[in-house]
Amino acid sequence: MTDTLVRKPYTPKATVERLRQGDVGAWPVVGGLVAIAIVFSLLNERFLAPENLTNLALQMAATGTISLGIIMVLLLGEIDLSAGSVSGLCATVMTIVHVKQGWNPLLAIGLALAVGAGIGLVHGLMFTKLRMPSFVVTLAGLMGWLGLLLYLLREGGTINLPFTGFISKLSDTWLPSWLSWVLVAGLVAVSGGVALASRRLRLAAGLSVTPLWWLLVRTGGLLVLLAAAVVIMSADRGVPLLLIIFGALVVLFDLMLRHTVFGRHLYAVGGNAEAARRAGINVTRIRILAFMLASTLTAAGGILAASRLSAVNQQSGGSDILLMAIAAAVIGGTSLFGGRGRAYDALLGVLVIQSITSGMYLLSVDSSVRFMVTAAVLALAVAIDSLARRGAAR
Amino acid sequence: MLSATGISKRYGAVQALDGASLDLRAGEVTALMGDNGAGKSTLVKTVSGVVVPDEGTITLDGRRVRITNPHDAQALGVSTVYQDLALCENLDVVANLFLGTERRRWSLLRHITMERATRELLDQLDVRIRDIRVPVAMLSGGQRQSVAIARALIGEPRLVILDEPTAALGVEQTAQVLALIGRLRERGLAVLVISHNLADVRAVSDRVVVLRLGRNAGDFSTAEASQEDIVAAITGAGA
Repeated sequence: MTDTLVRKPYTPKATVERLRQGDVGAWPVVGGLVAIAIVFSLLNERFLAPENLTNLALQMAATGTISLGIIMVLLLGEIDLSAGSVSGLCATVMTIVHVKQGWNPLLAIGLALAVGAGIGLVHGLMFTKLRMPSFVVTLAGLMGWLGLLLYLLREGGTINLPFTGFISKLSDTWLPSWLSWVLVAGLVAVSGGVALASRRLRLAAGLSVTPLWWLLVRTGGLLVLLAAAVVIMSADRGVPLLLIIFGALVVLFDLMLRHTVFGRHLYAVGGNAEAARRAGINVTRIRILAFMLASTLTAAGGILAASRLSAVNQQSGGSDILLMAIAAAVIGGTSLFGGRGRAYDALLGVLVIQSITSGMYLLSVDSSVRFMVTAAVLALAVAIDSLARRGAAR
Repeated sequence: MLSATGISKRYGAVQALDGASLDLRAGEVTALMGDNGAGKSTLVKTVSGVVVPDEGTITLDGRRVRITNPHDAQALGVSTVYQDLALCENLDVVANLFLGTERRRWSLLRHITMERATRELLDQLDVRIRDIRVPVAMLSGGQRQSVAIARALIGEPRLVILDEPTAALGVEQTAQVLALIGRLRERGLAVLVISHNLADVRAVSDRVVVLRLGRNAGDFSTAEASQEDIVAAITGAGA
């Protein structure tokens, strides 16, 4: 059909069709975010103040990074319940070798990430070779790694990181205004340039393309969003390095999922493992790698959390961090049933959850209410996911 | 082109195949028919490498070959479309077509190369899919069957085996898939269709091979055989 060279991305008819078929995309989350922003800013004018939004960006990074890891296993249609414990354990390992053994901080971070990868390998082997359900493997991990964390911390229960050390500085570094703008300009230029170049290549290959105006709108939208973020955060302390780290991870994993053979196979295994196996994909290898990536990202999240706290203690990776990370992934739009989701879901979902949390704190609402509201949002997200799945399967 | 001769296979107490034979020629559609339990699936599985026969030989262009797993079969140019299609519903048409054989540079997907190849192949086969970048879950049953068949052609096979390709389809979609099978023949491929549906078989095949209780019960030229002859061979009424 060479007559339809232009793909129309948003003709109303196609959009309605897609919605009916269960492909809801990111719109429910974005809509939810706008609603949250409106409601909380009406209830408390400090919600949209630069200081609060900058804090929000700081709080997002650790949970968001763990959430990104959770997405790797959710794409398989599996679950990782050990993420909280693993994040605390890896942060503790890093702190002990750095503070007590005097390791170079970068080496200590590297060790923590390696420990995370090793834990993921263990989970993956138990899941694929022993055929244990991932739910049980990681539930055992949840308790087992927590036990190891408590054992490592047994004397004292808390280890402080030096306040002015490299690791603590990670969460107390702010980009100067000029650097933020250079980054924004770079991101927009690269994103727009790549979109244009790929459009030209597709035209040359005689393939359908999105209309030029839509690329311009999208690139313009990105510019407005990033610029607004920089303006707001520069009015406070500046763009936190923590947010840059988290954002870079999201972009990196998005590119990996969409443009590498591994990413394609990860989706295939999550969508139909039997079909993937028959197509010659090494399903076991993909699964083990996904668990390793998940635990490595979880370790990274733990490191960021320890950096923000400047310490590790018996509560590291505890309380609600696991549930928040899973909830963020699902609220962002990643399916619990496997095969559907994007790296950006971690960013969107954690933004929703932290906005609710932050708004509730400002209103000095009891945490009991906060839990109930977050639960309602999560239930809504899962309901949308289930309906979308039913719509797609018909 | 490909011949299976004297194939026997026993599952415990059940003699699934008892010296069955099959001859396939390039540019010809052969239909394999038979009642449930006649051994159709087992015979096909010996050719596609899923089952290793107890006895019998398979020759390709007169040369004896050993097919012990699906990979061997693929390497010899035998491509199978299973009844359950084995598509990843969450992936788009392009991704499904190249699943496991992605065109890549280093480890990066070559989206444009694959999409162009997909369009060329679908155009050649006259398969109409409005947008090949939507998930397969959003396609109709006939379109999915067409995608599965198109995917079987990616490895440039010489023999395509189709297991009940029209079983789950409506009238119009069945016609589309049958037309597609005709185009496989025009490409010079050997095609083997397993089917229960006599009308479909008569519409698309050149030859009908009938199995009964694990043995050959008839080999007809579709144009010359009457419906009664084929039914009699299937049920054993003529014997």
